[in-house]
Amino acid sequence: MSLAIELVGITKRYPGVIANDRINLAVREGEIHAVVGENGAGKSTLMKILYGMIPPDEGEIRIRGEATGMSSARDAIEAGIGMVHQHFMLAEQMTVLENVILGAEPRQGLKIDFEQARRRIVEISGEGALDADQMVEELSVGEKQRVEIAKVLFRGAQILILDEPTAVLVPQEVEELFVSLRELRERGVTIIFISHKLDEVLEIADSITVIRAGRTVATADPRRISTRDLAELMVGAELPTAETRLSTVTDQVLLQAEGVGTLSEDEDRWVIEDISLRIHRGEVLGIAGVEGNGQRELVDILMGLRPADSGRVLLGGEDITGMSTLRRREAGIGLIPADRHGRGLLLVSPLWENAMLGYQSQPPFTRGWLVDGVGARRRTEDVVDQFDVRTPGVEVKIHALSGGNQQKLLVGKEMLATPQVLLASHPTRGIDVGAQAAVWESIRAARAEGLGVLLISADLDELIGLSDTLMVILRGRLVATLDPGQVTPAELGSYMTGASQ
Amino acid sequence: MRANRRLVYAVVSSGLAIVFALLVSAVILAVSGNNPFEAYGQMFEYGVRVDSLASAVNRAVPLYFSAMAVALGFKMGLFNIGVEGQYRIAVLIAAAVGAAIALPGPLHVLAIILTAMAVGAAWSGFAGYLKVKRGVHEVISTIMLNYVATGMGAFLLANWLRQENPPGDLVIKTPEIPESGRLPSLNQVLEWVGLDPGRVNLYGMAVLAVVAGFGFHVLINHTRFGFELRASGASAGAARTAGIDPGRMVVLTMVISGAIAGLVGMAHLLGFFHRYTIDFPTMLGFTGIAVALLGRNHPVGMAAGALLFGWFDRATQILDLRGIPKEIVFILQGVILLSVVVAYAVVEVRIRAAESRAVTGALRPGAEEES
Repeated sequence: MSLAIELVGITKRYPGVIANDRINLAVREGEIHAVVGENGAGKSTLMKILYGMIPPDEGEIRIRGEATGMSSARDAIEAGIGMVHQHFMLAEQMTVLENVILGAEPRQGLKIDFEQARRRIVEISGEGALDADQMVEELSVGEKQRVEIAKVLFRGAQILILDEPTAVLVPQEVEELFVSLRELRERGVTIIFISHKLDEVLEIADSITVIRAGRTVATADPRRISTRDLAELMVGAELPTAETRLSTVTDQVLLQAEGVGTLSEDEDRWVIEDISLRIHRGEVLGIAGVEGNGQRELVDILMGLRPADSGRVLLGGEDITGMSTLRRREAGIGLIPADRHGRGLLLVSPLWENAMLGYQSQPPFTRGWLVDGVGARRRTEDVVDQFDVRTPGVEVKIHALSGGNQQKLLVGKEMLATPQVLLASHPTRGIDVGAQAAVWESIRAARAEGLGVLLISADLDELIGLSDTLMVILRGRLVATLDPGQVTPAELGSYMTGASQ
Repeated sequence: MRANRRLVYAVVSSGLAIVFALLVSAVILAVSGNNPFEAYGQMFEYGVRVDSLASAVNRAVPLYFSAMAVALGFKMGLFNIGVEGQYRIAVLIAAAVGAAIALPGPLHVLAIILTAMAVGAAWSGFAGYLKVKRGVHEVISTIMLNYVATGMGAFLLANWLRQENPPGDLVIKTPEIPESGRLPSLNQVLEWVGLDPGRVNLYGMAVLAVVAGFGFHVLINHTRFGFELRASGASAGAARTAGIDPGRMVVLTMVISGAIAGLVGMAHLLGFFHRYTIDFPTMLGFTGIAVALLGRNHPVGMAAGALLFGWFDRATQILDLRGIPKEIVFILQGVILLSVVVAYAVVEVRIRAAESRAVTGALRPGAEEES
């Protein structure tokens, strides 16, 4: 089979260091090719080079055998390369159709030819896969991703780069994504799939290139390599072993919800209804569920970000239902938000201000009404050291860090604040295996010290591995309580979709 | 180093924008049949006289307060377009109060200033209240409140607050504030250093402006309130999640912004007019928006912007006497503003990209991690 893309000796230097060091990558026409590597291994730089966003210092990009000198994303699009970014770039207030054609509108004279556009979308994404007239804000994450893919295909891409496409998806959505990726492959589309989720890579990829510290360290055949070997190639070292642990659960209830519920905006239905749960000292309570089944609302009620329309919330036996978010934080409830960019970070602010966010009323960040610049920076440096946030310093604006490193800061600042209870939504989303293990370890260590955790995750292995108790949320209600020692990911999956009750 | 780069970019881009604006204005002058070199030459010659410089500072002081009032809102993504109305209603009521009360020297001045701040804060806080409780966008409410302030001010002045004029005096005005309620000029200080500002009185409020600029910096960068303000501006969602109450922040910010707006009219009131009259300077609130943009909401940047606008305002006075339309100053100000805004937008993108590159670079430590 001929090569769709060949990168030869790609090198990209930044002052003093080398981001990509003579990287080679050969992607055959019509295959799904995975590029795996840790956060910061150089995957993003490489993809930006391939997508024309930054020029390489050395090396050659050959597309279907021809050397090209791309200097912008526009060139890449013309060469038939399309990229689906990890963070969606969609106009929420527009329809699917409008989003797909935005910037590439088929025209009929001066008017936009919506009919032609509509036909092509059906052609591209298959009958019934997308409702062209739905507003994007109403779509689930998986559907939004399909819109992103449709956008790229609509522009005529034959080579598709997907940057960590499964990071935001739940298992069922991952399956659906894989089905559509295989369909695309049937139609001859070449797909470059960037990921660090190795199970998924082994499942979907036809071939794999492993990148570590800016270099190509191996190419692998997914049929002949195990997850473990692949992970070791990627990390370059032995992996942390699977957890063996003792229960640290006590009978002391820290945070308790009693029949809480919340109404939808127009107050005609319960978004979550009659939820009761208890988080004990030293316990990790896992909540499994397909995204959008009320997890966010549950966390919001516990955190005071959304009023409870029924029931009450107790912290250490004290009713805190009407308490403000700030008071709850001061009382020892920590939060790792699900939506990193929307609710967790101040992107153009330095790291230390991001570490302060949420703890702006407490030492070491502030003293009375004054910000304690020294204390805040010192604490942030501790977070950076202990959680291996890869950054040149704490004055750096956080937008400049990779997603995984941003997440490590978010987790680290909560852990170092030693809360009583931690509400953790997808704590390891977007971070690589090495850092993931470190986050798990810190949660376990804090749990041994008495921390109570509410863990919401789309990663079923994480849920099963970390939780002492597992509950399943479905359509806003807790529908099952399971023993994480007994349940398999497959069983859990069927509870989550309501297949087994 | 990174901070320095930002500073260099800001200064260089502002400088280029000003040069560009001078060029555009030169073309306009030339097209309208005037010699731009001659006009600029005369502006410069007139503008560097001591009395002109003192006058430029006097003109800059109100603009500086106005810009700070606007910038405070900008920092959290609030557009207080109502500084105009806020300072006008504030200065009217403060003038009336100042004339009506009798207090010893400094206290009298203080009472006038506090009255103005309170009125400005109330006027602006009302817009904040409307936003939080009724969901009215602050741009709409503050613009509307500008009209209300103008109308209400005229009504109050004409009916209740005016002094009974002697026959023949047709100017409607509040009674004069007695000596104890006036701020001394700084001319004495100028004389000590051997400068003679002639007939211009350098406003005492200039000192307060410097203090306020410093206070603005501390408030924004070193207090919890300032952090919460900037956080709310940077990401409303993240701020709320962090326990920052958005409603409280909106009202507080509008109140403080309005209080600063109340100070806008004080320089002219306490240093020159000593009363509110119908020819009291207007438009200071709107020009303050331009100065805030020009100075990028930074206390030093805004001071530079205010001084620049103040200086142009003064220096172009000479053009009238030479038969050159001094309206050229509006064109100049407009073009400076437009080009600065464009330059900043371009520079910001570049700085951000440079920051990302620097981090990516510093992080590929073939050195630190493994070889």
